[in-house]
Amino acid sequence: MASAISTLAVPVWRRSAPWIVPALLVLLWQWAATHGVLTSRILPAPLAVLEAGSRLWQSGELWAHLKISFWRAAIGFGIGGGIGLLLGLITGMSRRGELLLDTTVQMIRNVPPLALIPLVILWFGIDEAAKLFLVAFGTLFPVYINTYHGIRSVDKDLVEMARSYGLRGWPLFRDVILPGALPSILVGVRFALGFAWILLIVAETISASSGIGYLAMNAREFLQTDVVVLAILLYALLGKLSDYGARQLERVWLRWHPAYQ
Amino acid sequence: MTQTTVTPSAGVALTLRNLSKRFGDQTVLQALDLDIRAGEFVAVVGRSGCGKSTLLRLIAGLESASTGDVRADGSPLDTGHFDTRLMFQDARLLPWKSVLQNVGLGLSGAWQDKARAVLAEVGLAEHAHKWPSQLSGGQRQRVALARALIHEPQLLLLDEPLGALDALTRIEMQQLIERLWQQHRFTVLLVTHDVEEAVALGDRVLLIEEGRVGLDLPVPLPRSRVRGSAGFAALEERVLSRVLALPDREAIPEPEPVALGALRWAL
Ligand SMILES: Nc1ncnc2c1ncn2[C@@H]1O[C@H](COP(=O)(O)OP(=O)(O)OP(=O)(O)O)[C@@H](O)[C@H]1O
Ligand SMILES: [Mg+2]
Repeated sequence: MASAISTLAVPVWRRSAPWIVPALLVLLWQWAATHGVLTSRILPAPLAVLEAGSRLWQSGELWAHLKISFWRAAIGFGIGGGIGLLLGLITGMSRRGELLLDTTVQMIRNVPPLALIPLVILWFGIDEAAKLFLVAFGTLFPVYINTYHGIRSVDKDLVEMARSYGLRGWPLFRDVILPGALPSILVGVRFALGFAWILLIVAETISASSGIGYLAMNAREFLQTDVVVLAILLYALLGKLSDYGARQLERVWLRWHPAYQ
Repeated sequence: MTQTTVTPSAGVALTLRNLSKRFGDQTVLQALDLDIRAGEFVAVVGRSGCGKSTLLRLIAGLESASTGDVRADGSPLDTGHFDTRLMFQDARLLPWKSVLQNVGLGLSGAWQDKARAVLAEVGLAEHAHKWPSQLSGGQRQRVALARALIHEPQLLLLDEPLGALDALTRIEMQQLIERLWQQHRFTVLLVTHDVEEAVALGDRVLLIEEGRVGLDLPVPLPRSRVRGSAGFAALEERVLSRVLALPDREAIPEPEPVALGALRWAL
């Protein structure tokens, strides 16, 4: 009996243990807020944040902002990641391409994307393009570097084998080089996704008329701390979700890899 | 992409003239001359590091010779009018392709049934859908062997294809290679560390030493060869004593015949 309970209890304990500390913190936070230790100007009670969330959700406002932020991140990442992948493939596959492009890309990479903000505002105003440009700029390089290195570090012996078995051109790329580079490319994608959200937060708080960042900045003007905290939590959630998405891609595309079996 | 040689490959004749290979200042093969008839089965033995793999890679066109050349049916290798398959010493399976897809690499059309049949011949039919990382070392080696055999090339180069196998599986695979060779009559160069294997399979046994062909011994025994027979044992002994004599030829004129059984694996 006792042993049956304890064998069952171990997985439950394992699963729940990591959540004990966060749960206690939230409880402490709630307690501090309701007993006036924390004023709602500094940090509203967790329940107040939830209420703000449900209020904004019901008015449809939250969904609209979420959607626009999500699309900005997705399109910006699509453009930046796409260009990074393409450039990485070119420099990885051809010595001539590397000679021609790599130095340039490495030079531009040293420009911190956030330093571009004043210029970007001058160019695009607070247009959609400004946000997309920043996100694309920031996601290009992690994808580029990892694609390039991924292709360069494909096992030369496997390429030699495949060539001697008659593979050339596109089949060689599809069956040997791309799968060999994929683990590295996906690392780049995960980096880039994390970076995309950071850039978007900055871009949206500085210049936007919609999106989660705008929601937070707008709420700040009206001293709605609960909405500000909500926006912060939403960013965390969206970042977590995209990371989860990238992990799922790894699980599907790298299922041959001993690390994913 | 794939060579669709429909004609049953009658094998290709090889001529190696003055063939040398240097890596930096290390000379691995030195002015090697060798003639191999079309459809001949040549077993290559020699101590580790003597240049067996290098020889196969030169013949496969994967290394360029420092001097001399390799000709196939009289024409230089790079004209590439014939079909070669090299089974590498390391299995070199693509980790992201299933066992079946690895065997069918470079084939087009309806290759799956054929790949399954060859896999069955190397005893791995039920592993067709595993990833290479899920196989044992010997199983991986057999997948690589299947991948080389499926093409029925005109020239088959096998670099220690059975090194990781147990005695029983080894004999089965030897029989498989011999049977396929008898069916298709391609030219085979088989590198092995096992002198018994060399004598069992080769029309000739070549010993590579000091960058040259140190011994070129015809094996006139009828197939399939009986390992215990007197003729077999005598040939095996000749190769072994030649190898043993190598490090210091003056000092050891006559090797101890008693120890030979134990020394089969000593190469
Ligand atoms: N790419 C290379 N660069 C430099 N040296 C090499 C290279 N390939 C082989 N060698 C050298 O050439 C020699 C012969 O190597 P090779 O692989 O042909 O030996 P082998 O007879 O196949 O040995 P084994 O039985 O252990 O497989 C070795 O001394 C090795 O160090
Ligand atoms: Mg070798």
